[in-house]
Amino acid sequence: MTSPIDHARDDVDLQSPSRRELLKRGSLVVAFMWLGGASRVWGMKSGDRMDESHPLFAPNAFVRVGSDGSVQLVMPSVEMGQGVYTAQATLLAEEMDLGMDQITVEHAPPNRKLYANPLLGEQATGGSTTVRFCWTSLRDAGAAARYMLVSAAAQRWKVDPAQCTVARGVVTHSATGRTLRYAELADAAAKMTPPQKAPLKDPKDFQLIGKPLRRVDTPGKVDGLLLFGMDVRVPGMKIATVRACPSFGGRVASVDDARALRIPGVVKVLKIDNAVAVVGEHFWAAKQGLDALDIQWDRGVNANFTTEQMFADLANASEHGTPIVAKETGHPDDVKGKTIAATYQLPLLAHAPMEPINTLVHVQPDSCEIWVGSQVMARCADIAAKVTGLPPEKITVNNQYIGGAFGRRLFEESVGQAVAFAKQVDYPIKVIWTREEDIAQDCYRPAYYDRISATVDEKGKPVAWIDRTTGASVMASFAPAAMGKNGLDPDLVECAAELPYNIPNLRSEWVRHDFPEGMKVGWWRGVGPTHNVFVVESFVDELAHAAGQDPVSYRRDMLGNDPRVRGVLDLATQKAGWGQGALRARQGRGIALAAPFGSYLCVIVDVEVSPQGEVTLTRAVAAVDCGTVVNPNTVEAQIQGGLVFGWSAALYSGITLKQGAVEQRNFNDYRVMRINQTPPIDVHIVPSKEQPGGIGETGTVMAMPALTNAIFAATGVRLRTLPIDTSELVQDKDALKAVLSAVSSEDNQPADIAPHTGRVS
Amino acid sequence: MLSLTVNDHPYSVDVPDDTPLLWVLRDIIGLTGTKFGCGMAQCGACTVHLDGASVRSCVLPVAGAVGKKITTIEGIGATEIGKRVQQAWLGIEVAQCGYCQPGQIMSATALLAQKPMPTDADIDTAMASNLCRCGTYVRIRAAIKQAATGQASLPQTIA
Repeated sequence: MTSPIDHARDDVDLQSPSRRELLKRGSLVVAFMWLGGASRVWGMKSGDRMDESHPLFAPNAFVRVGSDGSVQLVMPSVEMGQGVYTAQATLLAEEMDLGMDQITVEHAPPNRKLYANPLLGEQATGGSTTVRFCWTSLRDAGAAARYMLVSAAAQRWKVDPAQCTVARGVVTHSATGRTLRYAELADAAAKMTPPQKAPLKDPKDFQLIGKPLRRVDTPGKVDGLLLFGMDVRVPGMKIATVRACPSFGGRVASVDDARALRIPGVVKVLKIDNAVAVVGEHFWAAKQGLDALDIQWDRGVNANFTTEQMFADLANASEHGTPIVAKETGHPDDVKGKTIAATYQLPLLAHAPMEPINTLVHVQPDSCEIWVGSQVMARCADIAAKVTGLPPEKITVNNQYIGGAFGRRLFEESVGQAVAFAKQVDYPIKVIWTREEDIAQDCYRPAYYDRISATVDEKGKPVAWIDRTTGASVMASFAPAAMGKNGLDPDLVECAAELPYNIPNLRSEWVRHDFPEGMKVGWWRGVGPTHNVFVVESFVDELAHAAGQDPVSYRRDMLGNDPRVRGVLDLATQKAGWGQGALRARQGRGIALAAPFGSYLCVIVDVEVSPQGEVTLTRAVAAVDCGTVVNPNTVEAQIQGGLVFGWSAALYSGITLKQGAVEQRNFNDYRVMRINQTPPIDVHIVPSKEQPGGIGETGTVMAMPALTNAIFAATGVRLRTLPIDTSELVQDKDALKAVLSAVSSEDNQPADIAPHTGRVS
Repeated sequence: MLSLTVNDHPYSVDVPDDTPLLWVLRDIIGLTGTKFGCGMAQCGACTVHLDGASVRSCVLPVAGAVGKKITTIEGIGATEIGKRVQQAWLGIEVAQCGYCQPGQIMSATALLAQKPMPTDADIDTAMASNLCRCGTYVRIRAAIKQAATGQASLPQTIA
């Protein structure tokens, strides 16, 4: 997502801010603070929790070197599978000349002053911003620590620091061969003045950056010993599970808990305004207690709301609402010629990560401690302070490894809920949502109703383009300060207002249409780009077809001046063999091209569609230019995983509402992609020395249009509504009859999975 | 009281017979490597072995595990196949968020115990019950083959 506080567009160089700029922004200046003495502490009260936990030498908020030789690196961002702990540790370890086996990583506590992500204006992990925001600042922090340690050694030896080298945390005076370990220098280094800016390594000397290093967290993920939030146990803890009012904005009217309280292991039933929790000695008792409750809901104002109503309202708003213009070049309304128009509809989406929402909270009269995996640590602390009424310094939040988020953990309302329950008891309670609750009480990716049109010249090339999207804003509630003066949500039009194509007359506009009160919006992997690239790249494909041209050469003809766009287009088409070899009937190849999150991607998908409309993905090829790569293994993994996440949604995902509540329950009816449906995915990374671009969400951005364009190529059917309705892909009316007559009643195979053919249906 | 053998250790637990094994492992015994993802055997995160065969512990009543050898992710590394699978998982760097991976590793180990040289179709059938929302399927397939053959088809990460 774009920066809520638009620093990336300031004149100031984000990568190497002057100290004055840091002070002005109040974000990274205290990266160079340490805890040696009160007079040297900038912006922190002496009683702050940061002092308590660690030893001797904390030259800044990111590095702690102990005299026992331990080196802890504090991670400003949260690890949720995207490899950021390894990336951030790599940047620090590189400049400190440490091996990755010599460091351990720690989750950062809530502290906006120390850990805010300047690209998001908040202590937050998301928007594919992590490496982009800390690429220089973390290396600066590591270099500063190294500088002070080397200075301490040089001082002890009474030599020029320039004569010292460092390898694996050992400082050597080259001329005399004397050595000192970081552990032996920690005490003295703490008394050194931090440098204004320590010199960074020349990239040609990188030992760690750019290599496919083993991740720091994966050994524990493979031996099962690494703890996720769900796994944390504290003494005296009890476990609770919850049901909130299924219809958005509704409330608890009454609860009959007599049966629940008789279940062995059930301890207590707790209520808040809109939800009921059952506390048990263990989860199963709590769950059985929950199922034994008789809850009467006041279903509230949305009691009759449906998805049909939602889309009717969106269509109406699209026709009659007042659009906010995101960008206008030329005069798109005045251009005469053949016009092609299309309407695209995208569904509500849930996140459904593998780890359901869970929060462990212990509220005591003068403290509140929380253990939760979060993308927004400071906001968790804020909501806990609000709910308990305790001052901020009495709130402790311990971040945890997250079992998949895809944007879900950017919202702290579930933490607020857990605190509201926990303050009713004096023991710690771990609130675990069931999968059903996780789907029913998500913060949903909005539905969109998009009308797009182009006026084309005699060759079929677009000379005017108007893209009107209609839907809810996520930014308006997540970071209201980031909304434009005219009310524009900058994320909502990302990759719609700026295209990799040169179109002389273009307008991108948005009609805002919010969710009903009580229904929560959410960031979903790929955010604005996932929505817009689907529409743009599908529509470009439509235009190519209308012009009778190949989708690749059609795009090539329209490219603007950025060579990096051409670079990924060329690489992907070459690796995929676009245009070479013949595809058989009902086989198709589709392409998508875009530049989201500061990176450039081109993805080509091959599909085969059976006469009955079943879609099989047979291969995918991705070309990615993400600038300087910290860990190429992670880049490949994120592209592969992101593509699967996007295809899964395109094929199966659509949250529907009835009586103001979500109809989907679990993975049986909120279906997701499995291994037998996953094709080989070849990822090709463009070598680059440019600034790092984002990676975490980019695969998902490209997945859906590449797939639906391939389906069009295979079947001639243009899919403008997601999820894909395979009944639209049936070859002819005889195709289904052929299957029905072939399958006898003894032959009842499970419809869900056809393992040996990899078909999806 | 029910007597269970988990990873060759005896445990005595006092829970109703129909308590799912998953919650006995996680909440009573304290082995949290086995995960909760759905509670209805749709996702496979809860996969453990009963006498070497994969089962979904979220729907297995604990009474059904009495007298059987229960193996969880915490114990699978002590087996020869489990160890090979875990090494392949690390070599290729399969895991992203890692939450589904204990279940994936348990299913993969059971597959290789039954079929030392599985085909793609065998892998599909055995592993289709294990969801991964991070989408690590390409590497899961490659890691199973690496564990089976001892040959690396993909570059290995540097430890």
